[in-house]
Amino acid sequence: MSIRVRINGVDKELDVDPEMPLLWALRDVLGLTGTKYGCGQALCGACTVHLDGQVVRACVTPIRRADGHSVTTIEGLSPDGNHPLQRAWVDLGVPQCGFCQAGQLMTAAALLAKKPKPTDTEIDQSLAGNLCRCGTYTRIRAAVKKAAGLSEE
Amino acid sequence: MSNRHMLIARRTFLAGLNLSVGGLALGFFSSDSLADEPSGKRSGPRPKTSSPAEEASSPGLNPNVFVHVAPDGLVTIVCHRSEMGQGIRSSLPVLIADELGADMARVKIVQADGDPAYGDQNTDGSNSVRGIYEDMRRTGATARTMLVAAAAKRWKVAPDTCEASNHVVVHRPSRRTLGFGELALEAGKQPVPKPAEVKLRPKAELRNVGKPLPLIDGPAYVNGSAVFGADVRLPGMLTAVIARPSIVGARVARYDASRALAIPGVKRVIELPAPKPPYAFQHWGGIAVLAENTWAAMRGRAALEIIWDEGENAAYDSEKYRQTLSASVRAPGTVLRSVGDAEGALARAARVMDAEYHVPYLAHVPMEPPVAVARVEGGTCEIWAPTQHPQAAREVAAQALGLPPEKVQVHVTLLGGAFGRKSKADFISEVVLLTKEAGVPVRVQWTREDDVRNDYYHSISAQRLTAGLDESGKVVAWRHRTAFPPIRSTFEPVNRPSVEDLQQGVLDLGIGVPNIRAEACEANAHVRIGWLRSVYNIFHAFSVNSFIDEIAHARGEDTRDVMLEVLGPARVVKTVAELGIEELPNYGQPLEKHPVNVERLRGVIERVTQLSRWSDRKKEGRALGLAAHRSFLSYVAVVASVVRNPDGKVSVDEAWVVVDAGTVINPDRVRAQMEGSVIFGMSIALYSAITMKGGAVEQSNFRDFRLTRIGEAPRKIHVDIVPSDAAPGGIGEPGVPPVAPAIANAVFALTGTRVRELPIMRALKV
Repeated sequence: MSIRVRINGVDKELDVDPEMPLLWALRDVLGLTGTKYGCGQALCGACTVHLDGQVVRACVTPIRRADGHSVTTIEGLSPDGNHPLQRAWVDLGVPQCGFCQAGQLMTAAALLAKKPKPTDTEIDQSLAGNLCRCGTYTRIRAAVKKAAGLSEE
Repeated sequence: MSNRHMLIARRTFLAGLNLSVGGLALGFFSSDSLADEPSGKRSGPRPKTSSPAEEASSPGLNPNVFVHVAPDGLVTIVCHRSEMGQGIRSSLPVLIADELGADMARVKIVQADGDPAYGDQNTDGSNSVRGIYEDMRRTGATARTMLVAAAAKRWKVAPDTCEASNHVVVHRPSRRTLGFGELALEAGKQPVPKPAEVKLRPKAELRNVGKPLPLIDGPAYVNGSAVFGADVRLPGMLTAVIARPSIVGARVARYDASRALAIPGVKRVIELPAPKPPYAFQHWGGIAVLAENTWAAMRGRAALEIIWDEGENAAYDSEKYRQTLSASVRAPGTVLRSVGDAEGALARAARVMDAEYHVPYLAHVPMEPPVAVARVEGGTCEIWAPTQHPQAAREVAAQALGLPPEKVQVHVTLLGGAFGRKSKADFISEVVLLTKEAGVPVRVQWTREDDVRNDYYHSISAQRLTAGLDESGKVVAWRHRTAFPPIRSTFEPVNRPSVEDLQQGVLDLGIGVPNIRAEACEANAHVRIGWLRSVYNIFHAFSVNSFIDEIAHARGEDTRDVMLEVLGPARVVKTVAELGIEELPNYGQPLEKHPVNVERLRGVIERVTQLSRWSDRKKEGRALGLAAHRSFLSYVAVVASVVRNPDGKVSVDEAWVVVDAGTVINPDRVRAQMEGSVIFGMSIALYSAITMKGGAVEQSNFRDFRLTRIGEAPRKIHVDIVPSDAAPGGIGEPGVPPVAPAIANAVFALTGTRVRELPIMRALKV
């Protein structure tokens, strides 16, 4: 079955199993490896992308759900890596191993799109589904606030 | 320095270098090694790595396998240790560049392949900076010496009138300069001085060491271009997902692959040979499904019909085993430490206290599960993998394929977390066997369930501590019994811990009690045991620090005071005799160079209690817990603040960490490791446990193997680095051990419940 989906602003046509999770379509078929596999069950958030601007876990989203829709991945978050969140992430040295950070950024980007000045609670709630085994959470919070132009306390 | 000051300092530093901080093109130093190859020659993400032969054949100055100076002035520095989040690529190369006198903007960092020419590449034991600090400086100093010699020769002046800095050699009297690039070819013809003969710079001349440094891979991490092991793709590659035995020692009795092979995209089904004990780094057996993509391979595996022969471990039950360990520490074990007469002193003591502590099996669960890619062609093998131990990977692959190691190339990608899991080469063994059998490049992808159920687990343990107090309450006798299946059991049949295991927080415990006895008790292994970040220090620090808190409460005194009293006066212990032991591996370093420094341990305790306003805690109504520990030659003290939330859950709202690791190269990464240690330690303290029933692991994914999430993270983690010129200690691991006991002690202060068994969620709502 042919799936038509707009990925990072470019129209693509894919001939894949419609049940294939969006994650594997991105990684194995389209070669967009910035979106990560971490659990396969929407428990860790490493695979977070935007489907029509909404946060979805690509590991449990069948590609057929993206048919006729628009998907944004970390590679498309900004044209040159200059999204305020990406800048704040580098400035504050957020990543340790870096593996979960694409998912963290995509979740945070959707939050800021909806709530440009989120509260501490809103930041924690929106990122509750994104695990980081290295433990970068306190810097993630600080970087979201920095990108939002909020001072730290 | 506060976090805020740190950040301002970093901005100032970068601004001074005229770099774009906000942009992603940080010019500080560049790295093409672990981002994609230029797209022209790429068929999929693949990092460019370096081999010794490649460096040696480049024109210019190649004094050793670590440093290359090209005629255009570009300095290439090879990072031979694996980057797994500890920031090694942003640390070690800076040290080499500083010794060389290079301008960081003209330094490129490439990742080394696995090759003994680099020396030890095993990235574990928090050993990269502490173990080779001087050796790495010598690699840079050697190149500098040769550049200076070339310049002096050209100017016909004495080399000691010249110096190298900021990418040029300067003749001091005449102020003439020659760039590194201009000198590279001539310098390459100079004799290479013996490492012992090169002079290291005074520490003050190291321009960047100890300063706020940028994160070299930061930009690649945030735009999706960083290449992890999971991201490597080769032309014609198949992805394998393997149905492994769920019980140690189980084997495939028979299987039917017809349904799996009927799934579109599935190409091959291959049975892996069963491993034989001791399991070491062998592949794990089972049935592999190879497919055009990961999804098809996963579906194929689900469609396999396998009958397993479960073997003798099918009766194993970790809850029953906990009772076995408990019985083990209630009887005398092998005495490995003896000071004075602990048994006599206990018999005579005015009061005897004892307590038993338990910590369960734990899994590593790095966010990137094990994964590897390999191809075998014409008697050679090439591997791309997120490995902590590329030379072990090379050996294991060579052995599995029957090839000499020189025919195997291991390219090290970025590691999406590791924590000890990726030192083990079992997944490497799998990928090369499958590649050979399939005749095409293969990528082995572990699912999270595979990872949780087939790990090399952190050992389950029991500790029994007994203290004898005199009439005044002073501790006059201390007995520590410890039982856990040791890591060595994965490699040879052993049934109790040894000196190398008890060195982690038992034999090196710098207490000033006159009568001390430590015993290793029996513990047979039933699963693969492996090292997990901080290893045995986790449960030793938990029991020792909890017990001191218990003694303090029993005496009605302050834990800090009792802790300092038990440690005894500030002193430096430089002999095994003083510790009452025969030998101390001491993390591979001589005791004279890295003694058990009680003064430093006391120092971090005093500092952390000051910063956390420990003395005011009762007045301010705060529930704090304190713990301190020496491990990997560093000293860390932690204070945790615990609160009860409106929903009744107990959580950690603030933490203070003071670390004395001697000389540090990159303070921001040290800080990051301490912050991460608090979160990692919280998972151990509060949430994580692996249990086994019927020989199989009961957990499967993050649903039931719980980790700390952002909402549970402390509001603030304060990190204080003790300024020091002492020889460097470890950083990746030493932050973890004091975290769990600090939390458990704070939980007691808050709730009155003494938790002697982790995770705390078994006793309280967390």
